[in-house]
Amino acid sequence: MATNVEKDPVTGQYTTGHEWDGIKELNTPLPKWWVYVFYACTLWAIYEWVVMPAWPTADGYTKGIEGYSTRGELAKELAAVKESRKGWITRFEAASVEQIAADPELRKYAIAGGRAMFAENCAPCHGSGGAGAYGYPTLADDEWIWGGSLADVHQTIAYGVRNTNPQSRQGIMLRFGVDGLLTPDQIGQAADYVVALSKGEKGDAAGTELYAQQCAACHGESGEGMAALGAPALNNGIWLYKGGKEDLVKQITNPKHGDMPAWAERLDAATVKQLAVYVHSLGGGK
Amino acid sequence: MTQATMAQRGARTDATPDYLDDVVKKFVIAATFWGVIGFLAGDYIAWQLAFPVLNLDLEWTSFGRLRPVHTSAVIFAFGGNILFATSIFVVQRTCRATFFGGSTSGNILFWGFQLFIVMAALSYVLGFVSGKEYAEPEWWLDLYLTVLWVIYLVSFMGTLYKRSEPHIYVANWFYLAFIVTIAMLHLGNNLAIPVIFLGGDSFMKSYGLYAGVQDAMTQWWYGHNAVGFFLTAGFLAIMYYFVPKRANRPVYSYRLSIVHFWALIFLYIWAGPHHLHYTALPDWAQTLGATFSVMLWMPSWGGMINGLMTLSGAWDKLRTDPVMRFLVSSVAFYGMSTFEGPLMSIRPVNSLSHYTDWTIGHVHSGALGWVAFVSFGALYYLVPVLWRRKSLYSMRLVSMHFWIATVGIVVYITAMWISGIMQGLMWRAYDSMGFLQYSFIETVEAMHPYYVIRAIGGLLFLAGSLIMVYNFWRTIRGDVRNEVPYESAATAGARG
Repeated sequence: MATNVEKDPVTGQYTTGHEWDGIKELNTPLPKWWVYVFYACTLWAIYEWVVMPAWPTADGYTKGIEGYSTRGELAKELAAVKESRKGWITRFEAASVEQIAADPELRKYAIAGGRAMFAENCAPCHGSGGAGAYGYPTLADDEWIWGGSLADVHQTIAYGVRNTNPQSRQGIMLRFGVDGLLTPDQIGQAADYVVALSKGEKGDAAGTELYAQQCAACHGESGEGMAALGAPALNNGIWLYKGGKEDLVKQITNPKHGDMPAWAERLDAATVKQLAVYVHSLGGGK
Repeated sequence: MTQATMAQRGARTDATPDYLDDVVKKFVIAATFWGVIGFLAGDYIAWQLAFPVLNLDLEWTSFGRLRPVHTSAVIFAFGGNILFATSIFVVQRTCRATFFGGSTSGNILFWGFQLFIVMAALSYVLGFVSGKEYAEPEWWLDLYLTVLWVIYLVSFMGTLYKRSEPHIYVANWFYLAFIVTIAMLHLGNNLAIPVIFLGGDSFMKSYGLYAGVQDAMTQWWYGHNAVGFFLTAGFLAIMYYFVPKRANRPVYSYRLSIVHFWALIFLYIWAGPHHLHYTALPDWAQTLGATFSVMLWMPSWGGMINGLMTLSGAWDKLRTDPVMRFLVSSVAFYGMSTFEGPLMSIRPVNSLSHYTDWTIGHVHSGALGWVAFVSFGALYYLVPVLWRRKSLYSMRLVSMHFWIATVGIVVYITAMWISGIMQGLMWRAYDSMGFLQYSFIETVEAMHPYYVIRAIGGLLFLAGSLIMVYNFWRTIRGDVRNEVPYESAATAGARG
């Protein structure tokens, strides 16, 4: 097709002589910088093949002169972190939560570590900073269902609530409605009484009597709760499952119970202690 | 082929064959329609990420089901119809031959492909998917698509075979590479056994033939080359026809087109493992993926150079022809994303970018900036030509579409860069005592404003496409808007 070759007046290049639907092509040589950068990229690739694991072989792969492996790098990094924390871990393992909280240096470290571990492990249920959510107790206040001392908090985190760990906290509320322990009318009266109690008011006579007979054993005579049984206080307007009469009737009729994992089964002892000190520090540890 | 037939093919005649354009018109309308649907779905799920309540608590409208509707609608429905439309238009004209199989195969392809799109979308929403990203359709739809694809391949190659031009134009090399490689990828990645053959009771469900890391590797061999051969090779073909045609300039370098074509198709196919850095994939495969990705940089840029430099002597058209602006900007975005891609494939960079929104930003600078813009350019060229109108209804509206969409893209990708890099840095931040500084949920909270900004960017892009729809509707009706023309009347009108 050489006969159709023409010179392009704008670029000074010749065309190839081909034409398709009016489209012609210039025969411009490859841009030099393009060729050199392509070579440079290829050289870099060859360098990588020499130093890194790169090509499969019949019985494995070329290892590369640096002996690099991603698993090896990870193992090295983990070992370095472990080494740097060794001194701390030993001290945490030896100390009780009370001793940790009393030692300014350990306490500072525990709160930093506890914050990080809390954010990854606890916040999904208890909220960022322990703000709590429906069905998940707030940890940033001084109201504790299972007790708010350092030892209590540690016990709850380590062994959890209503799980299969032998040291788990147990304790359930009777199903007053479903099991026929109270009639619907009586449940309504009890709920009315608890609503009044939470506002610091006095309930009516029927409610007062029902409460004393059926509820006070666990929740306390004045609704102050009982940490040993995990029976929440009813006299402070703080609710796990809302506090209106309707919700209270549901709860008395067929109680909901949350549960919590035993974190000692998942985290090491030093971490659980850090978490306890951190959670205790959030709102009002007792 | 003998010298005699070569000479015969070389012989020029003035007779223009009666090209099959009715099917191209249908594909153009379908592409426009599915484009809007795909952008709408994308923007809706972008708002879902910012405000999860928009999931509506219904399984059919949850993010998990609508996300593949978005990706398939934009890639396969919008992009696929564009590729069908332009390939049938271009192969006939650059071969001076009518479409092999004529309107029969053209219509089978058109209606068959639309049925595939509708079936795929319905099956996603109803929950019947193979679980493979960008290859979600179940085995029975995969088989159906295979039949269609064979018809496409035969029709395309048949048209090439009966050409009256002596040589095959570069756009057709790219179209053919796209059609052949997609066939191979589709078959390779979708090998699966329907559970009904394993004693199960579901006709719909199948399980992939590969397991574990082999499955992941096959998936990303497919996924990356879907980008390489569907969204790159196919759309480079569009670039190679519509840019010189619209600019009325010869292609910058024939030699470059040969070298970058072969380099591109040889190197692209190796790059998939860079999607699996720092996973169970063996280190050697990761190194190969990264090195081939970096070597791919210049071959990709070869297309950009050929696209941009074709404008030599016609740069003024950027000022006077908004359709040219779409085409040129698309090539610029192509250059940007094909630089960013190799960069992100390098392992230490990837350790920051992987699993973050940076990846989403990268994909959309390619998808919105390159694929969609070159498609808009081609569509704006095609509509007046196919419907035999003297010009588009309004060039000013094309310009408005261009600016709104460009601002949308810039807003989108900037938000994703910031959000992604921030997310990556937050994940690896340690406090002075060596504890992680942020929890995962804190990174999600920090990303929220950028999700809102991204969704606004997407909304702009969608709004631009609606302006295009209006412009097409008025053009097809035969209206011409009374407006101030761009300086050069010759370039403002569409060329046939």
